[in-house]
Amino acid sequence: MENRILKDENDRVDGFLKVTGGAKYFAEYELPGLTYGVLVTSTITKGKITALDTKAAEKAPGVIAVLSHLNKPSAPAYEQEGGSQMKIFYTDKIFYNGQPIAIVVANTFERATYAASLVKATYAKEEFNTNLDKALKNSKAKKLQGQPDYKRGIENAYKTAEIKIEQQYILPIETHNPMELHGIIADWRPANKVTVYAKTQGVKATQGTIANVFKIPIENIQVNSEFVGGGFGMGLRTWPLEIATVMASKHIGKPVKLVITRMQMFTMVGNRPTAIQKVGLGATKDGKLTGITHTAFGETASYENFTEGVVNMAKFMYQCDNVNTSYTIVPVDLGVPIWMRGPGEATGAFALESAIDELAHELDMDPLDFRIKNDPEMDQQKNKPFSSKNIKEAYKLGAEKIGWGKRKNKPGSLIEGSWQTGYGVSVGVFNANRGKASVKGILRADGTLLLQSATSDIGPGTGTGMGLIASKLLNIPTSKITFELGDSSLPPAPSQGGSATLSTIGSAVNDVCVALKSTIAELAANSNMDATSNFVDVLKKNKLPSVEITKESQSGKERDNYSMYSFSIHFVQVKVHSLTGVVKVSKIVSVGDSGKIVSSKTARSQMVGGAVGGIGMALTEEAIVDHRYGRYINNNFADYHVPVNADVPEIDVIFIDKPDFLVNPMGAKGMGEIALIGFSAAVANAVFNATGKRIRNLPITPDKILA
Amino acid sequence: MINFQYLRTTSAKSALVLLQKGKNSKFLAGGTNLIDLMKRGVTAPERLIDINHVPLKQIELIGTKIHIGAMATNSAVADHALIKEKLPLLSWALQAGASAQLRNVATVGGNMMQRTRCGYFYDTEMPCNKREAGSGCGAIDGFNRMHAIFGTSEKCIAVHPSDMCIALVALDAEVVLLNSKGERKILFKDFHRLAGDTPQLDNNLRPDEMIVRVEIPLNNLAKNSYYLKVRDRASYAFALVSVAAGLELLNNKIVNVRLAMGGVAHKPWRLTTAEEFLKGKDATTENFEQAAKLSMTDAKGFGENNFKLKLAPNTIIEALNLAKSKA
Ligand SMILES: Cc1cc2nc3c(=O)[nH]c(=O)nc-3n(C[C@H](O)[C@H](O)[C@H](O)COP(=O)(O)OP(=O)(O)OC[C@H]3O[C@@H](n4cnc5c(N)ncnc54)[C@H](O)[C@@H]3O)c2cc1C
Ligand code: SF4
Repeated sequence: MENRILKDENDRVDGFLKVTGGAKYFAEYELPGLTYGVLVTSTITKGKITALDTKAAEKAPGVIAVLSHLNKPSAPAYEQEGGSQMKIFYTDKIFYNGQPIAIVVANTFERATYAASLVKATYAKEEFNTNLDKALKNSKAKKLQGQPDYKRGIENAYKTAEIKIEQQYILPIETHNPMELHGIIADWRPANKVTVYAKTQGVKATQGTIANVFKIPIENIQVNSEFVGGGFGMGLRTWPLEIATVMASKHIGKPVKLVITRMQMFTMVGNRPTAIQKVGLGATKDGKLTGITHTAFGETASYENFTEGVVNMAKFMYQCDNVNTSYTIVPVDLGVPIWMRGPGEATGAFALESAIDELAHELDMDPLDFRIKNDPEMDQQKNKPFSSKNIKEAYKLGAEKIGWGKRKNKPGSLIEGSWQTGYGVSVGVFNANRGKASVKGILRADGTLLLQSATSDIGPGTGTGMGLIASKLLNIPTSKITFELGDSSLPPAPSQGGSATLSTIGSAVNDVCVALKSTIAELAANSNMDATSNFVDVLKKNKLPSVEITKESQSGKERDNYSMYSFSIHFVQVKVHSLTGVVKVSKIVSVGDSGKIVSSKTARSQMVGGAVGGIGMALTEEAIVDHRYGRYINNNFADYHVPVNADVPEIDVIFIDKPDFLVNPMGAKGMGEIALIGFSAAVANAVFNATGKRIRNLPITPDKILA
Repeated sequence: MINFQYLRTTSAKSALVLLQKGKNSKFLAGGTNLIDLMKRGVTAPERLIDINHVPLKQIELIGTKIHIGAMATNSAVADHALIKEKLPLLSWALQAGASAQLRNVATVGGNMMQRTRCGYFYDTEMPCNKREAGSGCGAIDGFNRMHAIFGTSEKCIAVHPSDMCIALVALDAEVVLLNSKGERKILFKDFHRLAGDTPQLDNNLRPDEMIVRVEIPLNNLAKNSYYLKVRDRASYAFALVSVAAGLELLNNKIVNVRLAMGGVAHKPWRLTTAEEFLKGKDATTENFEQAAKLSMTDAKGFGENNFKLKLAPNTIIEALNLAKSKA
């Protein structure tokens, strides 16, 4: 990355390129002879294609090929039995409305679009169901265990508690819909060499999937994905549409670019699925939790199973001897979901953290005091101490900042004209993951450091964080450090997901820098130099242009002995208009307890982005399916409402910023997920505090307030 | 999608000639609605007549009326000093619509002609009488949260989505149309239609006509007017319900009043009964409440939009109070 203008060590290394248009995203690569693909999608929800008329499309100007199950473009793995049933172009079955059934390739995008409109499919329709609620009420509908049932102590102990609540919470489909549309450029060349420009959260994962499907050696495949315009999880797998594009390139022997439409972003690249959850909580009269039961039902597809960690938090977040959970996945006739920011946990936290607020209300306790009272000393699920947890301090700092003292425990107490004010709090938690990764470091005599790893940056600022880690260890200014990523030929790293990148890749950067440091020290000693000599002088004296070290790094035994989590506390103030039902989030304080903050600016950005996503989840986002047709009603950015600037107040971010060296050598835990997890419950709790109305199905739109 | 011809013209007269020549021709103004409809296959004109170079962008006071050309952009009108001073209601209504980028290209004529945002209308795989006569109404038993509560028909319950038009109907605007015989004027309130048995028709513009301007008489409402738009997010969302309220007060007595509502009917909905009730009365919350109640007598919900039966009167009361407290 060149052209960096860093005013401050904490500035984003790619900031200049991003705001000036210099950052090149996958769709911007111009390859010689590039052709353009456009997908044809199913217009029924379930059944079979009985005929596909591609003649008119094939004859349309500029069309090179029309590929579908009729001509089965070569993909050796798809010729075998097993695996997902959704083998694109190897099945005539329709599993959901909007499923890709053909790709039209032409010499311009416009021509491909036109020709795609000429492809006519005929179907044999079958009965379908896209409605989770309906499936739950149908005893014959398939239901699968999403996670083993969990039980500690007495089952459903809440039922016999002195004070109890039992409620149902519903989340609608939420879509990732990052600004950048999904797609890929595939360039299949002679001798089965393939280069792709992808929008992926894992270049190695994309490489592996292509190798598997086409049965060619991994080394034949080069995946490039230097810049990604947002992912939120949807780039954690290689979708059928990407395979279709590789097939097309292989078939026609030319590079093919596919960029899907905004409407297609709703159907074929996953979502955060609808979930229906029940939470039962019981406590003693003086506010000690005595029972937690969390039961969740989430959607999956008919052709593939999808699970996420919806009911984890109930098992360890609060001190409680009796806990039981279950999580069931229910196939519906929609495209398969994919993990979305705060996967599972954000869904579960809405239910659990709303329920905690409801129980505190029943107890006539301040919900913050109730949480503090039930804060566990250790993880009761794993029966291990937490590696670190500063939640009480986080409660205190956040409460002070938002002005929690102004909150009245009695809902509907703060009224000014038509506006009612309320305060809400909620907790978020996510595994402090760390995986295995390799990093290569090249220290050069010109005073620069090059670091390389096949990791990704979907936006959090991977390169910036890594540069700061290296800068500290080697005492090199970040302006002299380059971190290369998004290239499958670099040393292997896992996909960017689960808030693990800083912890995983950062640890490898740490290890490489430590090793480089001792190499320099050795060289210095061998050439009779002072051990603290500058590496530039040492390399020059040794007539070396550079030294190079590659290290693989992963966590040690500490992981077995401790429970490791990142925590967040979200405080919000809302104003609710009593006549129109409009809810405004008027203040936000998010506190992150995620170890040492390595990169202050990008860390803050994570929390800010999480809060904005949280406003969307709480107040505006809902992808609506008309279950009579299995089709989305609001599949565009005018009708699917993500928050706009005017919905977002000033966001205060506070970090506890205490290192946890049990997790990794930087003492830093991940924080991409906790920024969002729990936020929607804080808003719902604040709305209750403002109005006395408990909204248990998101999003909280004016109609629900007025109901 | 079908191939189409693109033509450009620089005069209203020649635009009309081109319109009459083609079987299925459409004017292209800002294109913010038309192009979307073409992409979705909802409409497939054989020719597009680009009228962006037709000089119809004037915003001027002539006698006692403000004339606004059909090709004036939404932002040009909203930001114009004359409009801000004399017709602030129109300025606010425009600013409440769409986004800054859209308003920069969207025109007055196009805004009046924009089609409903009903999701079924946009999806050619679903039934919709407005798009395809006789195919049924997807919304009536489906997702109708955004739909009409007034003047509905069994055939269609769509709403006209414009904000600008709500202000224009409240302001007693007139629409000037041009055809081969010359100009014809109709009252703004008569421009749009109810769905009735012909939901495919949104308005009374004849196929051989062009909108050339709107004319708005001056009034004394500027001091006490308000456009209140209730929506699912603070900006860039269509109205659940919106109210344009204008009051002319003399010692808290209502000398003159204009009330219109958006998001509730197939056309901009003028609340004449409420206006008549309020005229000559004191500007009190009690009277506003009574007026709101009177406005709702014929309202009917279809399930998901039942909340509008409550939201609509509440919004009327709030808008009147806000208009009043402006002074
Ligand atoms: C995402 C999005 C959000 C929006 N939000 C809002 C909102 O909140 N509130 C709101 O009010 N609007 C909203 N709009 C609608 C917007 O205001 C209209 O799309 C716009 O005003 C149309 O004007 P245009 O000039 O682009 O029309 P075009 O798209 O060019 O034309 C629309 C129609 O008008 C016809 N036409 C244009 N000019 C004339 C003329 N002079 N004589 C006869 N026929 C003519 C065209 O032939 C066409 O049929 C939104 C639109 C979008 C895309
Ligand atoms: S309400 Fe009108 S526009 Fe919507 S589906 Fe029914 S007929 Fe079509």
